Amino acid sequence: MSPIAIVCRKEIVDNVRDRRTMLSTLAFGPLFAPLMFVVMIQIVVDRAISSGEERLDVPMIGIEAAPNLEEFLAARGIDSDPDHGIADLDAAAEAVANGSLGYAIVLEESYAEDFGSERPARLTLVFDRSNSRDSERVQRVRSTLRQFTERIGVLRLIARGVSPEVVRPVIIDDYDVSTPTGRSALVLGILTYFLLFATLMGGMYLAIDATAGERERKSLEPLLTTPVSRTSLLLGKVAATVVFMLASLALTLVGFAIALRYLPLDELGMSSGFTPMTAVSAFFLLAPFTLLGAFLMTLVASFTRSYKEAQTWLGLLLLVPTLPVAIATLLNVQPSQALMWVPSMSQHLLITAFIKQDPVAPLMVAQSVASTLIYAALLALVTIRLYKREALLG
Amino acid sequence: MIEVRELSRSFGKVRALDDVSFDAESGRITGLLGPNGAGKSTCLRILSTVLSADRGRASIGGIDVAADPLAVRRLFGVLPHGAGLYPQLTARENIRYYGELHGIDGATLEARIDGLVRRLDLVDVADRHAKGFSQGQRTKVALARALVNEPDYLLLDEPTSGLDVMATRDLRQWLTELKQQGCCILLSSHVMQEIAALADDLVIIAHGRLAALGTPADLRRQFNEDDLEQVFVDAVSEADVVSEADVVSEADVVSGADVVSGADVVSGTAP
Repeated sequence: MSPIAIVCRKEIVDNVRDRRTMLSTLAFGPLFAPLMFVVMIQIVVDRAISSGEERLDVPMIGIEAAPNLEEFLAARGIDSDPDHGIADLDAAAEAVANGSLGYAIVLEESYAEDFGSERPARLTLVFDRSNSRDSERVQRVRSTLRQFTERIGVLRLIARGVSPEVVRPVIIDDYDVSTPTGRSALVLGILTYFLLFATLMGGMYLAIDATAGERERKSLEPLLTTPVSRTSLLLGKVAATVVFMLASLALTLVGFAIALRYLPLDELGMSSGFTPMTAVSAFFLLAPFTLLGAFLMTLVASFTRSYKEAQTWLGLLLLVPTLPVAIATLLNVQPSQALMWVPSMSQHLLITAFIKQDPVAPLMVAQSVASTLIYAALLALVTIRLYKREALLG
Repeated sequence: MIEVRELSRSFGKVRALDDVSFDAESGRITGLLGPNGAGKSTCLRILSTVLSADRGRASIGGIDVAADPLAVRRLFGVLPHGAGLYPQLTARENIRYYGELHGIDGATLEARIDGLVRRLDLVDVADRHAKGFSQGQRTKVALARALVNEPDYLLLDEPTSGLDVMATRDLRQWLTELKQQGCCILLSSHVMQEIAALADDLVIIAHGRLAALGTPADLRRQFNEDDLEQVFVDAVSEADVVSEADVVSEADVVSGADVVSGADVVSGTAP
């Protein structure tokens, strides 16, 4: 057996027996990540579904002056909340600003008179744009109010013998071409990040153990006196790290495949394109990334003086792949050949495309794999150089 | 034979090892003696190929340690200071790992491990994880690990530190047995009595320099002193004087190039 294989096998056996490593490989990725994802999605779904159906109790100040409006709103599930105890617009604004009230409708004192004499009657919808909890409800109240004013306008025109079409010179129809899977991709974009995170996490403790841990335990010096080159020792350790990362990735994908079956994505008008085939494609797309990640983590851990210091730095390192993924999600970046040179973003874009069931150019897949492997090779050279330094002993 | 010639190594401004030369013969135990920070570990680390020398050279079995470290590593076993084990592996697995790294496998390796486990009295703990081992048990396993390639050369850095009386006595006995089998043993210590009981030859260093060398009998004669401990103290304090003189004039430093016996060194270093 080659020295690399001997070192790799020893590291695997050693770490399989280490509870912390096994927790981060088996528990965090495969269980925790999909679970967290399901909870997050569940909250989004619940909010979207409930705000469309629930009856709302809205404080309406001065609604006594507008019985027809009150009736119109009530018929559409928006009731007047009589116990609001708020006197005027200023009080309502204060209550909404300090959060004791989600939102409120305030009618002007002259509302009844203006409405009666067919002058524009004024009312104010008080709300807080930064309050995302009530944003769906405010939206619903506002559009219901619009319907009301439109309806009254139409009735008044008819009363004057004018066709309501006069005030509708243009008719706007919505034609949303996004497919249900396309819409779900936005939500599932977070999924790639969880995958990257779980993959790195799976190998993190091994990368620390192989360098800073070995030095701290004082087992590094005798190891360096065995007739095996430092390059072989390093490659064996990185190989073991890659094995753990691949195991974590595979289990996490299985975890997601199972978890996504129980998500009510259909109710959001989304369908999950996360088929077993998607999972397999994601595995092979991310496999080269494990090599890059393993060398990167080993490199960073080699710089540190102690296990704890390594843990701190690698904890920060776990956040690095977020950046390209966050940019891609926020700016709605489309896959392009140039972006295939950005590690973690290329994987994110391709996996998202697979989930959307968009056509993916084989050339892009090849570029993503090749670029990631090139970066891994460069990092390998740097790490090997670093490993040959005397200072490695600390 | 282990040959050390004019070996020097600095860490920043600190001269950890300055022009040290000595030989360690096969079939003998050579004790490398010196106060804390004298350069013993630096010397052993250069010999065990994990550090490089700034100047001078060292060879083991005729092979230069800097020129062909992998070949040298096949010849020796090393027990560094505070050698660590893998806590999740059993004693046997710890030894087996090093055996495999030395390219030994199969029945040969298992037979050797069994032999070492029996000889070092590790039978009871051989299949337990190293996590809960006492310092004595850890040192034994580390020694077994260093012996798994049946080395002709053995480098031990303060092997008795942290060991109780019984374990120390056992260790002495194994080292004597290995010596009788023809092994060349170089061990460091900062305690004279430790080494006096064991070593055939003594190399005393202080401030990174050679202070005296020879057999215990030689040294007693040179220093006119029956008590070896007193010899150690005298040799080290002479080195202190030289070290201080060195601050005044670099030119006064004894080159040590022709060190053959302790007498030369001592007469040379006398102010």
